[in-house]
Amino acid sequence: MNLYRASFIGWLLLALALLLAALGVCVGSAGFENLLKPLVNPLQDPGQTAMAWQIVWDIRLPRTLGAWAAGALLGLAGAMAQGLFRNPLADPFLLGSASGASLGVALVLAAMVGAAGMSGGGMMSDGTAFSVFGTGWLTRLGLTGAAFGGAMLAVLLTLALSNGVQHTLRLLLAGVVVGVVLGAMTHMVLLWSPESMQAMQAFMLGSTAFVGWTACAVMLGVWLLASVAGALLARMLDGLSLGEATAHSLGLPLVPMRLALVAVLALATGAAVAQTGLIAFVGLAAPHLVRSVVKTTHGRLILLSSLMGGVLLMAADTLARWLIAPQELPVGVLTAVLGGGYLLWLMHRGTRGGGLAP
Amino acid sequence: MTSIAVRASRISARLGNTEILHDVSLALPQGRWTSIVGPNGAGKSTLLKVLTGLLPCQGRVELFGRPLASIPPKKRAQQLAWLGQSELAADDLTVWDVVMLGRLPHQAWLAAPSQADWAAVEMALTSTQAWDWRSRSVGQLSGGERQRVLLARALAVQARVLLMDEPLANLDPPHQADWLGVVRCLLESGVTVVSVLHEISMALHSDEMVIMAAGRVTHQGISADPATHRALEAVFDYRITIHPLAKQWVALPN
Repeated sequence: MNLYRASFIGWLLLALALLLAALGVCVGSAGFENLLKPLVNPLQDPGQTAMAWQIVWDIRLPRTLGAWAAGALLGLAGAMAQGLFRNPLADPFLLGSASGASLGVALVLAAMVGAAGMSGGGMMSDGTAFSVFGTGWLTRLGLTGAAFGGAMLAVLLTLALSNGVQHTLRLLLAGVVVGVVLGAMTHMVLLWSPESMQAMQAFMLGSTAFVGWTACAVMLGVWLLASVAGALLARMLDGLSLGEATAHSLGLPLVPMRLALVAVLALATGAAVAQTGLIAFVGLAAPHLVRSVVKTTHGRLILLSSLMGGVLLMAADTLARWLIAPQELPVGVLTAVLGGGYLLWLMHRGTRGGGLAP
Repeated sequence: MTSIAVRASRISARLGNTEILHDVSLALPQGRWTSIVGPNGAGKSTLLKVLTGLLPCQGRVELFGRPLASIPPKKRAQQLAWLGQSELAADDLTVWDVVMLGRLPHQAWLAAPSQADWAAVEMALTSTQAWDWRSRSVGQLSGGERQRVLLARALAVQARVLLMDEPLANLDPPHQADWLGVVRCLLESGVTVVSVLHEISMALHSDEMVIMAAGRVTHQGISADPATHRALEAVFDYRITIHPLAKQWVALPN
């Protein structure tokens, strides 16, 4: 029964994603009819058609797909973190890995701006202006690598501070401490390199506005990799849900498995954060939403949370563009407000018996 | 002479900075049921964890004559199943999924469950009367029902040695009697059963008893032996007495 329900929800989420993608391509400062007319009648005004095509292909499609991919990465990371730490509050943000990832990005940014500054006026050696949302492969992969390193460091630091994963409260406290300290370090790096401040601001708020095809490809590639890793490690997460001692008694290799999970978690978070900045609560909310409709094994939970995360962020992105059009909200601000409300509701429900009881 | 399934020689173990077990030695005969009893804080659960290889210790533990530490984890898990006390029960998984986790030691990584796995899970679920709720999630079950699922999980391993820590917790009298039936079945098929029990009258049904106090074994002997009964009364400060009743031994409070 659960299997049918899970696959039904999977298909439903895919259909929703397609619907939202279509909607996402239509919503923006240039309205739907302004785009549709030249695209349907290309001969009427070739100039208009080219512009409409450019808006759809170069701007809206990659950012819409990018929103899905970033959300999918965060949802996947959230489901893995909650399984690994056996804690329903675990989330890429609460464990400090997102702050670690943004510190990595800030460091690379400051270093590159510094190097560019020496060779003249905020330009890279090849003459292009460097930005955190630059579209070159090297930039994207470099930033992703830095974000991955930062995220990995943050999770390991959280684990070291909390002395393992047994004590929920200590773990969350350690995550908060690591998040705050690394956040402060990010700000220090930015103060030290004021040129990168403006580029970082949009990044810190979380935005999908600058996601291009390269960023999309990087995220989708990492998502594929992380999904495969998730499928490989899912049964071990199921074993771990019986408690550490039982998992050990079943002969599961806990240490290498934990390391692999932390690495995948950091890679997924790092890849999302490097392209879209800090987008809060998607990683926390997606697995909870899935669990509230179907109880299933980690293999399916990870996949469904990933699809759910993609749909959530795509919906939030469309909403962020539409709410105060023609201006747009940074999507991170929107998810923080909505996700914060959702978390409060979960806690409220939890105190009345159910919900968040670990 | 019966051979020895698990042998522990001069075991000392710590939890944090406190030494819980002091120089414990014992031998658990193969195909027999041994109950470990003693007052709270005697180190019974710690001893069981050491015998399973879950807790590092000083001294030597052997499983069928081989040092436990030298057996690869998966091989060890196939031969030795452990049911913990108040362990987590994976609320989001279905009863079937949880019991199937007991087959992990027999499954290759990523391999789909085999016919043998399905049969073992079905058998474990029927013997604990949990078959009817196999598709319910564990979070919806009561404490006693959950305990039966966890017992089924341990049975599904089909190991040659089964170590159980307070398996009767939350079970009502009919299901305690069923548990006794399950143990007798296991003994008939040659499985070595070790249980930590607070229900002394239940423990008196076992073949042998290990009596512990303050991290040491004070007595090991046949459960029906009067010397064991005297040791049992002594370890509980003579607050209980062992009486014969309807061809059984029962412990009654004084």
